Amino acid sequence: MTPQTLYEKIWNAHLVRDVAGQPSLIYIDRHLIHEGTSPQAFAGLKSAGRKVRRPDLTFAVMDHSVSTKNRELPVLDADAAGQFEALARNCKETGVRLFDMHSRNQGIVHIIGPELGITQPGLTIVCGDSHTSTHGALGALAFGIGTSEIEHVLATQCLSQAKSKTGIIRFNGKRPKGVTAKDFVLALIGKIGIAGGTGHVFEYAGDAVRGLSMEGRMTMCNMTIEGGARAGMVAPDEVTFRYLEGKPFVPRGKDFQVAVDHWKSLAADPGAKYDMVLDIDAAALAPQVTWGTNPGMVIDVTGRVPDPNSFADPVDRKAAERALVYMDLKAGTPITDISIDRVFIGSCTNSRIEDLRAAAHVIAGKHVARNVKQALAVPGSRVVKAQAEKEGLDRVFLDAGFEWRDAGCSMCIGMNDDVLPSGERSASTSNRNFEGRQGKGSRTHLVSPAMAAAAAIEGHFVDIRKWDVNGAE
Amino acid sequence: MEPFIKHTGLVAPMDRVNVDTDQMVPKQFLKLQTREGYGRVLFYDWRYLPSEQPNPEFPLNFPRYRGASILLARANFGCGSSREHAPWAIHDYGFRVVIAPSYADIFYNNSFKNGILLVTLSDAQVDDLFERLERQEGYRLTADLEKQIITDESGLKIPFEIDPFRKNSLLKGLDDIGLTLEHETDITAFEKSHPVTAVMYDPVDVKLSQPA
Repeated sequence: MTPQTLYEKIWNAHLVRDVAGQPSLIYIDRHLIHEGTSPQAFAGLKSAGRKVRRPDLTFAVMDHSVSTKNRELPVLDADAAGQFEALARNCKETGVRLFDMHSRNQGIVHIIGPELGITQPGLTIVCGDSHTSTHGALGALAFGIGTSEIEHVLATQCLSQAKSKTGIIRFNGKRPKGVTAKDFVLALIGKIGIAGGTGHVFEYAGDAVRGLSMEGRMTMCNMTIEGGARAGMVAPDEVTFRYLEGKPFVPRGKDFQVAVDHWKSLAADPGAKYDMVLDIDAAALAPQVTWGTNPGMVIDVTGRVPDPNSFADPVDRKAAERALVYMDLKAGTPITDISIDRVFIGSCTNSRIEDLRAAAHVIAGKHVARNVKQALAVPGSRVVKAQAEKEGLDRVFLDAGFEWRDAGCSMCIGMNDDVLPSGERSASTSNRNFEGRQGKGSRTHLVSPAMAAAAAIEGHFVDIRKWDVNGAE
Repeated sequence: MEPFIKHTGLVAPMDRVNVDTDQMVPKQFLKLQTREGYGRVLFYDWRYLPSEQPNPEFPLNFPRYRGASILLARANFGCGSSREHAPWAIHDYGFRVVIAPSYADIFYNNSFKNGILLVTLSDAQVDDLFERLERQEGYRLTADLEKQIITDESGLKIPFEIDPFRKNSLLKGLDDIGLTLEHETDITAFEKSHPVTAVMYDPVDVKLSQPA
């Protein structure tokens, strides 16, 4: 038999119908939904007189617009309140399990899936959110879909899909101190461009990826979509199994061993072929900072804001010129000279316990700089929040002058009132630095949690490798 | 879904690479529960000044592009968020066709599900169309899906490729869900041979806070 990749194994195991000249019909094992992109899908389903085929495989959570302050107060934003009510009503009517904003397990959909063990190796997982790629870190095939596809999955538990091309990205060597999974994926996007992965599913491999924690792998898979690839994956290994054991939706005892044996069989066969192969020397990577208005506009922290004239392609040159105007940056400025107004530590990219520990480690015993108007620490879930509080991290953040918030998408997308004001500049651990992403006219620089924390203390970007007084992870 | 067979209309330019879906529909408009009415907010932050007045420097606000129904765009159009609000807005504004060298995957899927024809041409062909559009006020194109060809009134003819399945769905305005439900026996058979369950071994979901 032809050797198969991880992606191909999962794909083939989920083929419901495969007819030449037509997209394949694949079965969906887990459908995650949230308040932002699902109301129209439920409405469509209802108006067509259709039912949710597998409410038991569908999980809902409120995350995009939830307040990260006091949730016992009424929701003042009428549109957001309407979406919360619609989700609660739709779940009640169809029997879908909902983690509402008051649940102990509430959090960002891509944080709680793995955390609850709803996400498992070998499963197909979809959600009406592009960062669904996150779940691939556990060896699942997971990708974002639109609202029409949400409706399709609700009605049929299947998705009509063309098979993707495959790519393997190997990060070889040892991860340097101060360089994180976030820097890996930002460096990758900088290299291939934000459309470099279009049409592909990426698998991450190599010693440096194997050496990452589950959290780090999730950060990499999360931002895979920013490189244009719809899904990122890591073959499950001992790190994955240890992470999953004991999670609420993960089998116990003998059943767990049976599951692990199956999960072990998912890794690519020796000799499996990929459409794209890329080797990256992890040992040579530096902390990354974005300077422009998409995640591919990124540079080493030791670098300078690039000169648009250095881009050969006139279209790229024009895009860089526009980006510098929007970002109010001058070509040639050292990255470490860029001062910031606000800091956001959170989002489905970097709000897991390890991220909060890394940031807390950097700021312990220090205080945010005077020019920093606001520093937000927003745990990805209430479970992460509780764990952080158990470890005393909330005190570390509060003592350093950070605000310690409740779980949600928050300032990554600014759908609640955590908005970056126009003209202000953030150091953000989120995933998108698009124009207006964190608020109309806002200027976002994407960095790792440790880099964001250090920037909060100094008021400008610093090279965490040199600055680090507490000893970075 | 509304079928698409052939469309002739005024062309408008979106001369920027990597236009992401956050630009098409900024997040403040994602809290609605409808699929309609997003045309007025399409490209909101670019289209309107902070005073909410139309930005006179934004091409879609130029009088010459008023009523445009074909959008000429650059590479990686529709990257970023999976929000289907983006194609809803494009359609609601009045666009029936987008022409660009490439599209992001999720946006591409979403657009076809809303009766919008996305035509992929080479960089050189798109450059040429941008030049023609710049030169000639009132520049119109025809997109003929059946014949897979783009034409203008001066005899330009550019054939384009499209997946035959997508073409057929768009020509007939097929309902994807209805199509899949025709294979319900296959789905049921799959569920029998590959039982999928999601068992909760530990109780979760205790309420931490209370609604107001």
